[in-house]
Amino acid sequence: MHGQPRKPLNPDDDAASIAKAAKLRNLQSQLLHNHHNKIYTKEALEISWKLLELNPEIYTGWNYRKLAVEHNLQAKTDPESIKSIVDEELKLVETALSRNYKSYGAWHHRKWILNKGFSSFDHEFRLLNKFQKADSRNFHAWNYRRFVTAMKNIPEKEELQYTTDMINSNFSNYSAWHNRSVILSNLLKRKAEGFTSKENVLAEEYDLVHQAVFVDPDDQSGWFYHLWLLEQTVTPDAPMLVSSWPIHDSDMIVSFKSNLDETLLSTSTRYCSESGTFPLILYFNQPVEGVSSSTVTVNFMFCKEDLLWRPLSTTNSKKSHAWVTHLKFPDKEDNSSKVYPVEVRLGHSQGIISSSGSHYNFPSRFAFKVTLQCVELEAAEGGSGMKMLDWGDGSFQICEDLPLDLSPILSLDQLKISRNHEPTALHFLIETITTEIALFRELLLEIKCCKIGKLTLARLLIAHDAIMTYNTPVEYKKVNTEEVLELFTDLMKLDPTHSSYYKDEHSLVLMEKVISNRKSMSKHCFFYGGSSSSNLCNSVCLRLNKLSLSKIGSFEHLLWVQMLDLSHNELHSIEGLEAMQLLSSLNLGYNRFSSFTALEPLRSLQTLKVLDISYNEIGVHSIDTTRYLCSSPLSHTVEDNCDFDEYARDDVKIADTWEAVMFFKGLQLRQLNMTGNAISDDNFRILLLKLLPKLKWLDGKGVH
Amino acid sequence: MDLLSGELEVEKHVKYILSIEKKKDSFESVAMEHLRMNGAYWGLTTLDLLGKIETVDQDEVISWVMQCQHESGGFAGNVGHDPHILYTLSAVQVLALFDKLDVLDVDKLSDCILWLNFMEKNAATFSPCLLDRKLDICGLQNEDGSFSGDIWGEVDTRFSYIAICCLSLLHRLDKINTEKAVEYIVSCQNLDGGFGCTPGGESHAGQIFCCVSALAITGSLYHIDKDLLGWWLCERQLKSGGLNGRPEKLPDVCYSWWVLTSLILIDRVHWIDKVKLARFILDCQDKENGGISDRPDDAVDVFHTYFGVAGLSLLEYPGLKAIDPAHALPVDVINKIFFDRK
Repeated sequence: MHGQPRKPLNPDDDAASIAKAAKLRNLQSQLLHNHHNKIYTKEALEISWKLLELNPEIYTGWNYRKLAVEHNLQAKTDPESIKSIVDEELKLVETALSRNYKSYGAWHHRKWILNKGFSSFDHEFRLLNKFQKADSRNFHAWNYRRFVTAMKNIPEKEELQYTTDMINSNFSNYSAWHNRSVILSNLLKRKAEGFTSKENVLAEEYDLVHQAVFVDPDDQSGWFYHLWLLEQTVTPDAPMLVSSWPIHDSDMIVSFKSNLDETLLSTSTRYCSESGTFPLILYFNQPVEGVSSSTVTVNFMFCKEDLLWRPLSTTNSKKSHAWVTHLKFPDKEDNSSKVYPVEVRLGHSQGIISSSGSHYNFPSRFAFKVTLQCVELEAAEGGSGMKMLDWGDGSFQICEDLPLDLSPILSLDQLKISRNHEPTALHFLIETITTEIALFRELLLEIKCCKIGKLTLARLLIAHDAIMTYNTPVEYKKVNTEEVLELFTDLMKLDPTHSSYYKDEHSLVLMEKVISNRKSMSKHCFFYGGSSSSNLCNSVCLRLNKLSLSKIGSFEHLLWVQMLDLSHNELHSIEGLEAMQLLSSLNLGYNRFSSFTALEPLRSLQTLKVLDISYNEIGVHSIDTTRYLCSSPLSHTVEDNCDFDEYARDDVKIADTWEAVMFFKGLQLRQLNMTGNAISDDNFRILLLKLLPKLKWLDGKGVH
Repeated sequence: MDLLSGELEVEKHVKYILSIEKKKDSFESVAMEHLRMNGAYWGLTTLDLLGKIETVDQDEVISWVMQCQHESGGFAGNVGHDPHILYTLSAVQVLALFDKLDVLDVDKLSDCILWLNFMEKNAATFSPCLLDRKLDICGLQNEDGSFSGDIWGEVDTRFSYIAICCLSLLHRLDKINTEKAVEYIVSCQNLDGGFGCTPGGESHAGQIFCCVSALAITGSLYHIDKDLLGWWLCERQLKSGGLNGRPEKLPDVCYSWWVLTSLILIDRVHWIDKVKLARFILDCQDKENGGISDRPDDAVDVFHTYFGVAGLSLLEYPGLKAIDPAHALPVDVINKIFFDRK
């Protein structure tokens, strides 16, 4: 029951209702009787008419009418009789819709009867006008309109004009804006006549949507359309490569066959390999598929067979921003201390495709050198055994002047990618964004507390910086960051209901500000252990702790990081962290993670040895917001459940442990801290030790 | 949420739900008779979330549910009505609540659902004689992956969700080509990140729930732009705290379910103000006679009572059982189905 006031029982109303109910019940039982006995006489049809007129929702009534039509059509062949049968149904539908224009059954009945092909569609627009006038947001009518225009082959341009008219008569019509976006994207996609220039089309659309947004900024109808236009404007069709590991021109030292415990020796240009391989990671500006040995050429003298590329995503998606492969060395004897060049080329053949179906089409290459260094077990520094990693402030020493080779922040020059936008397109892009920024600044002068004005301005400023970063020959300094941060801070106060949305956006910008240039990043890079400490010195830790981050991003700048401290933030998700394939030590303590499923990205980090998830909320919440985003039996992404049985006990139910089993089973952790979570008890400790046979330290204490 | 503890009129809602069965003579209740199976699901799930399902006679319910089963395997909304996928899911869910899925001939039922996937391409020329035809349809799939609601060929992403959810509960998801089913759902995705009934249909929170849940159950949520859809969904929350289902519409308690589940499944539920929403739902209670309405001071019904209580469960309101956002059943029921298999 929608929109009916709650009222005290009135005996008169009650009696009327009971009488009406009796009539309805009587009709309904007669209909079911006729239906079950296949009676399709005129009188029987009359009963179903009365019933559907009174209650169009009785679906069995519509089914009965359809059977009756089929039955009666079999008997009649002359056009007049057929027409009268069909017209009768059309009339009934119209009557029923006048009673309830949201009746699915009635609308479908009309489609069904028209699909029989005995009647023209000529009257359908009259019907549509009637119902679209009565409620211009009726989505049943809009769906039906799309059905009719398809059946009648109405040109899309005419329907586009219809949406213009609807919008001009009342811009607060989200349904019309929606239909416009559907038609327009079709026209643009197939480059229909008059729609070949995306720039011209978009320019006109901006004019239209400005009217809606500026006349009543609180009306949401134009908001999503404007965002869509903005995305159409700034997102280049073709995907592009934005970073890699190793980066162009770098000199890598790969030491391998070292003591397993010595992985912390790695620094940003030194990589310790356990398996005689090292990863090669590509990071694109949008999720792509089709990265393979046929679309990416890797020249490396030991690379004889085709490389296997894997998308880095926590789901079974074939698309990802980040892709990884592993380069393998042959046995160590004769190649120690030699330098080997590696060259990576892509874009020379088609096949890397974005979600929108655009190909990566900028031929590009990058190259780096690898020096192999064989570390003998006994020669390794401090080889007598790894110490427990201590995340305390005392363990870190700031490196004021970060050596160049320790701050492998991506420079686009180094990547040697072609510029992404055509000059004319780029001109349009910059001009459009600049105009939009000016317009929304004006709006905010008039209405100071305009939520959509501030949000859109923030988005425009971010887009502007992004475009300039990718299209300026020299390193571009983002000029809008402070203003954007301020806008999001304002929005949190202005619209407290959605403050967490603005907070997340704020965090992403803040994080980018911190790590996207060398100077600010160096303030967050620390040497672990200090100069005197033994085996861990020279390990660089990126410390992004205590920044009150609620969301993280900018992973393209972080591919090199092996030690990361994100503790004392407000994180509940690490979506995208799976791209950081080199991570070996991670501190997520003192955040808001509420389940193991939220840590799913870590499952693809094969080198992760040290994990701190102490003082989070694991086990506190009854609703898990990542349960269906990870591999799980519930999302049918786990082959079978027998693994879980192995860890079940009489007093421990699979339902309570499967997430922990899924999460820890693939990890090779040496050190884990999970104190301060609701879930940690003795039973859980036993389970952990079983799941992590290589664990040396649990919750700050030696395991053995 | 603890601040609002004690404001849910548990006893009154239980009383209200149990009383519905006794008020069979009003026009509204006769007009709803054809969807009694949905009503049973709403009422019984609410009782279970409130911890009071034992107040109903389980055998009586199950015997009535089975009377609604058609020889094809599908269920009708009530005895004597035609089978439809809408009521088939409710029937399966009701049986699951009582841990009685074993009364079903699972293969027959899942073949019947599969048939709705296959028959769609013949919808225009479909003849009812197929009704009596023996169903031997293993391996048959409709070309575009969509599902019909019944033999009359209405196609809607609601039916895709129902088919997928039903088959998942019956451990028969492998019977359909999920890749095709997912492809069809993705073809209904809009530029605002939401989903409509059919390709080109406007985004609507109810429809978004169906599509997001279907993608969740098939492990395909990566097809969604979570930030784009999340923003659209969180903007459904109005100043009153209530949620609407489309832009510029009134708030309604039922969207507590459709919007909340979608936000939870894409991990963006923190973008709304949960306490304000709980406040709105609690304000829609009929504090005298029990039941929850669409908006404060409107007439209550079992549909909104369910969505209100289920919404509070999703908000982790104290004292309520947790509900699974994709399968729309209490978490303990889902755990039993997925993890207690022998």
